[in-house]
Amino acid sequence: MLKDITLGQFFPGKSIIHRLDPRTKLVLLVVYIVALFMAVSWISYGVMFVFLTVSITLSRVRLKAFIKGLKPLVFILFFTAILNIFFTTGGTVLVSFWKITITSDGLIRAFFMLIRILMLVTGTFLLTYTTSPIALTDGLESLLSPLKKIRLPVHELSMMMCIALRFIPTLIEETDKIMSAQKARGVDFESGNLMHRVRALIPILVPLFISAFRRADELATAMECRCYHGGDGRTKMKLLRYKFLDIKAYGIGVILLAGVIVLRRFGL
Amino acid sequence: MSTAISVEHLKYSYPGVDEGLDVSVFENLDLTIEDGSFTAVLGPNGCGKSTLAKHFNGILLPVGGTVYVYGMDSKDDEMLMTIRRTVGMVFQNPDNQIVANVVAEDVAFGPENLGISSPEIRNRVDRALKQVGMYEYREHAPHLLSGGQKQRIAIAGVIAMQPKCIVLDEPTAMLDPRGRREVMKTIQNLNREKGITVVLITHHMDEAALADRVVVLDHGEVVADGAPSLVFSQVENLHNIGLAAPETVELCNELNKKGFNLPLDKLDPTECAQILYESLKV
Repeated sequence: MLKDITLGQFFPGKSIIHRLDPRTKLVLLVVYIVALFMAVSWISYGVMFVFLTVSITLSRVRLKAFIKGLKPLVFILFFTAILNIFFTTGGTVLVSFWKITITSDGLIRAFFMLIRILMLVTGTFLLTYTTSPIALTDGLESLLSPLKKIRLPVHELSMMMCIALRFIPTLIEETDKIMSAQKARGVDFESGNLMHRVRALIPILVPLFISAFRRADELATAMECRCYHGGDGRTKMKLLRYKFLDIKAYGIGVILLAGVIVLRRFGL
Repeated sequence: MSTAISVEHLKYSYPGVDEGLDVSVFENLDLTIEDGSFTAVLGPNGCGKSTLAKHFNGILLPVGGTVYVYGMDSKDDEMLMTIRRTVGMVFQNPDNQIVANVVAEDVAFGPENLGISSPEIRNRVDRALKQVGMYEYREHAPHLLSGGQKQRIAIAGVIAMQPKCIVLDEPTAMLDPRGRREVMKTIQNLNREKGITVVLITHHMDEAALADRVVVLDHGEVVADGAPSLVFSQVENLHNIGLAAPETVELCNELNKKGFNLPLDKLDPTECAQILYESLKV
């Protein structure tokens, strides 16, 4: 069950999307999200959809992976849609009983909201699926490095993120193991009311936390043994270098954003 | 032979919860590790094996006495980085010493910290991975590898810093027999082919038998020190501190109690079988 979580997972590959510089991908993701929130009409959403579909096709990551990643979000998506359907007024009234009215505007709005969240999350998945976490943190570190001037610990933050990502699968595996061990001792996770189930999590969380602290301690010692002493004087094996491909990608990003803004101007 | 690590009058105690409740580990320990040697350190649980290992590269500093690492005093702050790049360390749990999500990136972690240029890091990473036989896995995610493979990655991460000495703290304790064999073979290769000094902390007698020298610790003191065949032939002494000799020696020892007269220095199963055969033939 826990193994299904694909958050922060990376599928190695050699596609165009994989080969892009992580910085390019990060900036493009931000551009994409901004454009997504600028989109107001069927046409602009269509443009965004085409952009996303082409990117996914180019990445050669299987669609299954995206669907699997979206599964945990079903509840949130459903909830957003319901809220939008019931609390939007305007347009023709389709159904009305008791205090609930469903209007055509509500339906359309709910649909757009749903599409927006779906596309937002899928776009983010595309970034994490095609970029190794190390490249991602390197990219972030490089993009944020101007902030070092105002004493923001950029290197430390990216190191922390990198380690957190590295330990996600390890900790998930560990949680699975602890759950099995506690089940073997008769802890029941599946039945009872909410209070009961939340309480059943305690025997999982306590050992997990203890072991996480122990791991952190050992990892810190191991890192010290490998001469880690912060970001000063540290070099990188993989140097980030923009290629022609990145320039083209930036170009496409600018066109996309400009296009959506223009469409918005014309109310499309 | 020159000296790699020299421990002189080492005194160390872990700070206790209250003052005066410190847990003393070493009172006055002397030990010298020769450069290029393969030394195994044995001892029952809580004898100070791991504590000793952590003194070899300045993770722990002596309370009294001195530890010299290739002539450098481990208490000298200026030399700390040099000491740590000279003496690499591999720990028991492979999961807790791998920093990165990709094998090659993890191996690069040490050299990156040393501030080496990018092409040279790549060079060292490739060489280190080839040395431990994990080159084909360089783009893999570590959590999908077996324990033995992960431990070899950890070893590659250390040798990419090009140390003169590697200290391994029970590197095989969490591995299955196959992983154990892989790791032991890698360690032996490093010692024989690259001339890297190896200090192996272990509680597996058959692993210690592969070393040139075995040091047995008990209650923070050296109780036996010498070639494996010499140390292991003192079967009763080993039993007294809660250790067992390798199975071949144990077998010969038991047979001797029943009236045989077998030598106790055969550590290799084939050699042991040979002497058994010879004594039964007559």
